[in-house]
Amino acid sequence: MRYLPHTKEDIQEMLQVVGAADLDALFSSIPDECRRKEAMNLPDPITEWELNGHMDCMAASMGAPPFYKVFMGAGSYHHYIPEITRQLLLRSEFFTAYTPYQPEISQGTLQTIYEYQTLVTRLLGMDVANASMYDGASGLAEALLMTIRATRRKKVAVSRVVHPLYRQVVKTYFAPTGFEVVELPVGTDGRTDLSGLADLGELAGVALQSPNFFGCIEDLEAAGKAIHTDKKTLFVVGFSEPLAYGLLKSPGACGADIACGEGQSFGIPQSFGGPGLGMFAAKQKYVRTMPGRLIGKTTDRDGKTGFVLTLATREQHIRREKATSNICSNQGLCATAATMYMAAVGGTGIRELSRLNRDRAEYLKASLAKAGHTSPFSAPTFNEFVVRFPDGFADTWQALLEKKIVAGLHLAPYYPEMSDCWLMCVTETISKNTIDSLVKEVVK
Amino acid sequence: MKDKMGTTGLIFNEPLLWEKGSPGRKGLSLPRRDVDETPLDAALVGDGPDFPDLSELDVVRHFTKLSQWNFGVDSGMYPLGSCTMKYNPKTNERQASIPGFAGAHPLLPESLSQGALELMYDLQGYLGEITGLPAVSVQPAAGSHGELTGMLIFAAYHKNKGKPRTKVLIPDTAHGTNPASAALCGFTSVGVKSGPDGVLLPESVAELMDEDTAGIMITNPNTLGLFEDNIRQVADIVHQKGGLVYGDGANMNAVMGIVNIGDIGVDVLHLNLHKTFSTPHGGGGPGAGPVCVTPELEPFLPVPRVVKDGDIYRLDEDYPLSVGKVHAFYGNFGILLRAYSYILSVGTYFKEVSQYAVLNANYIKERLKGTYHLPYDRPCMHECVFTDKHQQEHHVATLDIAKRLMDHGFHPPTIYFPLVVSGAIMIEPTESESKETLDQFIDAMKQIAQEAVDCPDCLHESPQFPKVRRLDETAAARNPCLKG
Repeated sequence: MRYLPHTKEDIQEMLQVVGAADLDALFSSIPDECRRKEAMNLPDPITEWELNGHMDCMAASMGAPPFYKVFMGAGSYHHYIPEITRQLLLRSEFFTAYTPYQPEISQGTLQTIYEYQTLVTRLLGMDVANASMYDGASGLAEALLMTIRATRRKKVAVSRVVHPLYRQVVKTYFAPTGFEVVELPVGTDGRTDLSGLADLGELAGVALQSPNFFGCIEDLEAAGKAIHTDKKTLFVVGFSEPLAYGLLKSPGACGADIACGEGQSFGIPQSFGGPGLGMFAAKQKYVRTMPGRLIGKTTDRDGKTGFVLTLATREQHIRREKATSNICSNQGLCATAATMYMAAVGGTGIRELSRLNRDRAEYLKASLAKAGHTSPFSAPTFNEFVVRFPDGFADTWQALLEKKIVAGLHLAPYYPEMSDCWLMCVTETISKNTIDSLVKEVVK
Repeated sequence: MKDKMGTTGLIFNEPLLWEKGSPGRKGLSLPRRDVDETPLDAALVGDGPDFPDLSELDVVRHFTKLSQWNFGVDSGMYPLGSCTMKYNPKTNERQASIPGFAGAHPLLPESLSQGALELMYDLQGYLGEITGLPAVSVQPAAGSHGELTGMLIFAAYHKNKGKPRTKVLIPDTAHGTNPASAALCGFTSVGVKSGPDGVLLPESVAELMDEDTAGIMITNPNTLGLFEDNIRQVADIVHQKGGLVYGDGANMNAVMGIVNIGDIGVDVLHLNLHKTFSTPHGGGGPGAGPVCVTPELEPFLPVPRVVKDGDIYRLDEDYPLSVGKVHAFYGNFGILLRAYSYILSVGTYFKEVSQYAVLNANYIKERLKGTYHLPYDRPCMHECVFTDKHQQEHHVATLDIAKRLMDHGFHPPTIYFPLVVSGAIMIEPTESESKETLDQFIDAMKQIAQEAVDCPDCLHESPQFPKVRRLDETAAARNPCLKG
């Protein structure tokens, strides 16, 4: 086994030093009643070359690009990943290191995450960002728990157009706590209906997602004002497509107290849903109630600039059960990938890329509308939108699949009342020609 | 080798990203515009983020230079106790980057995701076999996420029995995340003191266990690197009062093929795939924290479950007692894939993995125990814990020893943990290290002990070789500067 360096001679010499007769004797402190009697039933090891063949074969069954054109977003987006991101991430000094407990030999990780925190605050218009959460869903759950800590209130409200799977995770996190989650309805325009907010009593936090699950861009500025009518309530802005903020007004500019969401779009492969990246940012005054790790700037003994893990007093290894969260290690390498991506795309590039995503999606939306398939919602959208097929779409969807086109996500499992609606997504990876070939099949 | 392994070399200063570049540069190949621009309500449009504009080479050099300031497992021995910094096989990265897996959308129809589902299903089976707890969910995204899932299962189980409970017992040798995970689920944590030999005593547990206590969280082997030899009696006491036993499997690397965790009374166990199963630690994640449970607790596992019907793999949501979802999709699939590759590569050698990990730790313990104070002198598992007691006589502390190790070319061990040992130095070599490397490490530790006698200030002034010297962490926390 090439991962095990021990020769017979090494083992004998080492056993002699230890004073054990054989390898079994090393486990003498384990009582006999705790010993495993039967051997583990595991397959014989395979060679590197057999593994390659086996994995290639399994992967071949997957309906993924470039063999399939996937018009599906819903929290996982197919964007181009520059080769530099892939190769730089394989610098093993990054990927075989751990949490930077020893800053003198971890400055690479530390400066990168400091840069990540900075770029995330610039993207979202917030004051502070942490070093990441597991994903967009758990990030939202932690944000809502944070609003409860910050306000000492017991109830939060979440829009029904926040990603349905994120809402399920919120429900899981809240189930044993005794705190309440209420749902805000959707208006006819596809945006959250906040008209009933005043009747909900004292809320710790209100969470919207923008663009929301239907792809609609929420009017965050108006929402922020409505929510802050109660000065204590925290306004949480979620997202599953961070690229939108290359174009849209940032959550911070609209009054958000916390902004959190999924960062997978920034240089992270979709990888069947994970690992992704929970981006998490807040206003300065909430920094000490934030979950997750933080990197800060400081100096060394010679006055040289350097970076360290900081504000650890919020964390579980010091505060134990009084910690702001149980999260410790997070998605460091994914945050590193996102930093590389944000650096590569740049301020000018992200604007262009954002616009292209929106414009290509608008092109599909307009083409389908021309063929009589319109969106039920009037609110503007970014790179995905809902389209209604009153006469059904399942057969066409299947026919498109034969042509290796995955034509969106059926909404029925998530919104039973929308059984004739599909959610369509177009990113920069889908060209006008590919859009045309989808439309051609739909108008047939 | 007479010289220290660490030496000085040419490394570069590198400014922050936004101190570089020039407006108009691009480091990414943007697709051609083939559609018209569409107007958008100006009230919704922002200025765009203030990111620097850099060329492709600017970005490449920036991160290459930064990477050179880091120490990873590929750089050298990384004996960080409790973190199992074993070798991360290169082939696993190749497998994770196969386009069919890397580019797979999580909501693809089942007919187009059989490979990924099969992989998760088989991984569940292997983890069930290795732990002896046959029902497995691979959804939790990290060890602490696995703990949280375990505590959610505790809460759901007692609620389903009709009698929710309020407390959880947590020994003083537990990981810091344990009490925080229990607190997130509304439990009050009750500390249990370990006995004089560093292991739990059944009578201490019996004294505290009552019918308002949901169960106990045990790390076995514990954070002192010792096997909790009273585990069966402890489990019986907890079970008799209707409680459950949670096993923190962070230290599973010591006992694969040696102990069947299901047989010793553990009901729920989380594994850290980034520890025992070789997936890279990534500078702080992503990891994966699958949860393995007894058949009795299977109905409570997170949904969706990955199941097999005949030859077809599918996702099943129909578990009414489930704790629900803990991740937007199915967990960190890319990490699961690497662990699966590792399991297929190691196969029947898993028992050797544990045997050599334990052999390496005991070898270090025996060879250093005259030089450093060993608070619990008994056979250890995969890690051993020393203290700075002897060096304190020369005003040299654990921190100084750790920093000096860097100059010798080693990553320091975990220090000042576990909390039950003052000035702890917790060394976990893993099975990846050869006898020669262990001998070099032992020599370095001995040289440092000698330096503590001859030149304590040399240690106080260490490290000398890294890019920066000791950093002012107090100032960083007092006036936090968290962005530029």
